[in-house]
Amino acid sequence: MNPMTTSNNSGGCGGSEAVDPGRRDVLKFLAVGATMATGAACDLEGFFRKSFRELSPADVRRMVTGWERKYSRKYGKAVTVSEAGPIDGVKFGYGLDLSRCVGCRRCVYACVEENNQSRKEPQIQWIRVLEMDKAHGIDINHSDIYYDAAEVPRPGKFYMPVQCQQCDDPPCVKTCPVGATWKEKDGIVVIDYDWCIGCRCCMSACPYGARHFNWAEPSLPAQEMNPKTHVLGNRPRPKGVVEKCTFCIQRTREGQYPACVEICPVGARKFGNLLDPESEIRQAMDNKRVFILKEELATHPSFFYFYAT
Amino acid sequence: MAISFLRGSARIIASGDRAYKIWVGALLTLIAVGLFAYSFQLRQGLIATNMRDQVSWAFYVGNFTFLVGIAAAAVMLVIPAYVYDWGPIKEVAILGELLAISAIIMCLLFVLVDMGRPDRFLHIMPMLGSPNFPVSIMAWDALVLNVYLAVNLTVVGHILFKGFYGKDYNKKIVIPLVLFSIPMAVSIHTVTAFLYNGMSSRPYWNSAILAPRFIASAFCSGPAVLLVLFQVLRKRTGLPIKDEAIQKVAELMAYTMFLNLFLLGAELFKEYYSATEHLLYTQYFWSGIGPHKALVPYAWGGLLATIIAFFIFLVPKWRRNMTLLNIGCGLIYFGVYIEKGMGLVMPGMTPDTLGEIYEYRPTFVEWGVTAGIYGIGFLVFTLLVKLAVPIMSGHFSAAHIDPVITAPDELEAEAH
Repeated sequence: MNPMTTSNNSGGCGGSEAVDPGRRDVLKFLAVGATMATGAACDLEGFFRKSFRELSPADVRRMVTGWERKYSRKYGKAVTVSEAGPIDGVKFGYGLDLSRCVGCRRCVYACVEENNQSRKEPQIQWIRVLEMDKAHGIDINHSDIYYDAAEVPRPGKFYMPVQCQQCDDPPCVKTCPVGATWKEKDGIVVIDYDWCIGCRCCMSACPYGARHFNWAEPSLPAQEMNPKTHVLGNRPRPKGVVEKCTFCIQRTREGQYPACVEICPVGARKFGNLLDPESEIRQAMDNKRVFILKEELATHPSFFYFYAT
Repeated sequence: MAISFLRGSARIIASGDRAYKIWVGALLTLIAVGLFAYSFQLRQGLIATNMRDQVSWAFYVGNFTFLVGIAAAAVMLVIPAYVYDWGPIKEVAILGELLAISAIIMCLLFVLVDMGRPDRFLHIMPMLGSPNFPVSIMAWDALVLNVYLAVNLTVVGHILFKGFYGKDYNKKIVIPLVLFSIPMAVSIHTVTAFLYNGMSSRPYWNSAILAPRFIASAFCSGPAVLLVLFQVLRKRTGLPIKDEAIQKVAELMAYTMFLNLFLLGAELFKEYYSATEHLLYTQYFWSGIGPHKALVPYAWGGLLATIIAFFIFLVPKWRRNMTLLNIGCGLIYFGVYIEKGMGLVMPGMTPDTLGEIYEYRPTFVEWGVTAGIYGIGFLVFTLLVKLAVPIMSGHFSAAHIDPVITAPDELEAEAH
């Protein structure tokens, strides 16, 4: 809010010595023009910043501290912003047991609460649960997401939750014109909310409807805000950028389950390290038969569906 | 010397008859509407549009795609005019380049208004940002559009500036740039097609003949605009545009219209005969899915217009009739606008990748912003033409200009 405070935390990014001076002058000159042209309250500090992956760990640390201050003030609680990186020897994988899922949508709402999505007008949900006919099997194009969750499971129907499949060959990453989204070493596809230009190419490219846009300023009541956040995950987003499931990066990089796994009342959701043969997900893959969604697109998801019973 | 050129240009632009002033006034009004709508959208966010996660590209992107075609088509007049030094068309080829400039400006504006964070537009620029080369087609598109704009501005600026001083343009500058602009024109539309074409998630776009279809339809709609403009300019400014030039362009259009229809037929055959799950998107456009039929009247209206226009241009006797020719131009323009605008973007996203059908219709804000951008494009074109015509016809030059504007020492400096 206060321009002085925001420029404090940008001391590291805007004034970063790593940017060559000539480029900075050009940027400054253009920034003034752009600010006048758009007339929007675009903060110059963000304008001078480099993309996340170009920042040094020290720059990231400085920025994170700034955000923590800013969010703590805005939401009136001690907000932490983690910058925890991927853990060596870990590649996350997800399993979903279709024979157990009852379509209750508890995962949908647990995700919204955990990840600080916009609550209304419109509410952003990272998980979509498709209701399909048992008589036809998996037929995504004729599925329904607007069924009444109070009546589930409905006769003759089964349910298939879909969220980011954390592809090994993600079409969304390929299409991003500014490199604002990438795949981390532990398999999580993340977005730099401060670099995304909001062109929505990634949303056109994603075959799983996993990417969601902040069409309006997100509405996040202070009392509902989850103060435990991650820089590439559930920290509050501005309007005009894309967001998506990160396997709850703020939890999973600390050894916790994603919120959707924890909330699932029927134990349909499995999660773990694909590189560890003893992990829950590997157990499911070794002992059950798994499949992936839209395999013909060769996106190679880290998200596996199976029928356990 | 540049000062006198600029001063004289400003004077030319500011003066004009009643019709000119009404026209410019109307365009300024449209621009004001657009600015008002856009400032609303900036404050509210893109929620002010009817785009949503299910249909995340729509009216703006459709208009963008269509206008890239108009810009690319300028090449159709440039090829014969410059490469073969072909008399009748040469004098009007510059108008094609002016149209390309105006269309590209509109394209860039449509991309800008579609962005969630327009303040971050520099992130896509080489050197300043981090364009995701070589894999992101959008990064390439931004690059080729800007280069194409720069090339056309250079060529037109140089020719007019030299013409103003009664000199021939410098062939060493113009010829290589014009030759370069030919593959550029093809590339801007090809790259725009690849933007859609490369998306395996959207079967409706993921077709190998999408780029050829884009080129074919661009060579229908672009010249259609120019043919009408030639007649307007001939009448209002006395610019010597011969019937021969108009008929040559019309004949070329008959071929491209045939190609355009043929490619559409090939696409429809593949979809309907193989009738896979992917047919759904084509069906949404042509017959609707259940109660969702918003695009169906446009689909058939556009096809009908395209077919009628084809026959008007095909039969020599009909295309020589100026009234019929102009009707044909209007019809093909409408047909391509449907096909490559909403007819491309909407069915590509309906149903969405998880099978949901969200029927999109533009909001007033989207109409307003769009009107504003067309206002800017038409205004840029009007002013450029207003400036170019007297220079091309020799009525506006350093020799004719008010001596107060062209100080003698400036002329002398130019002579040396």
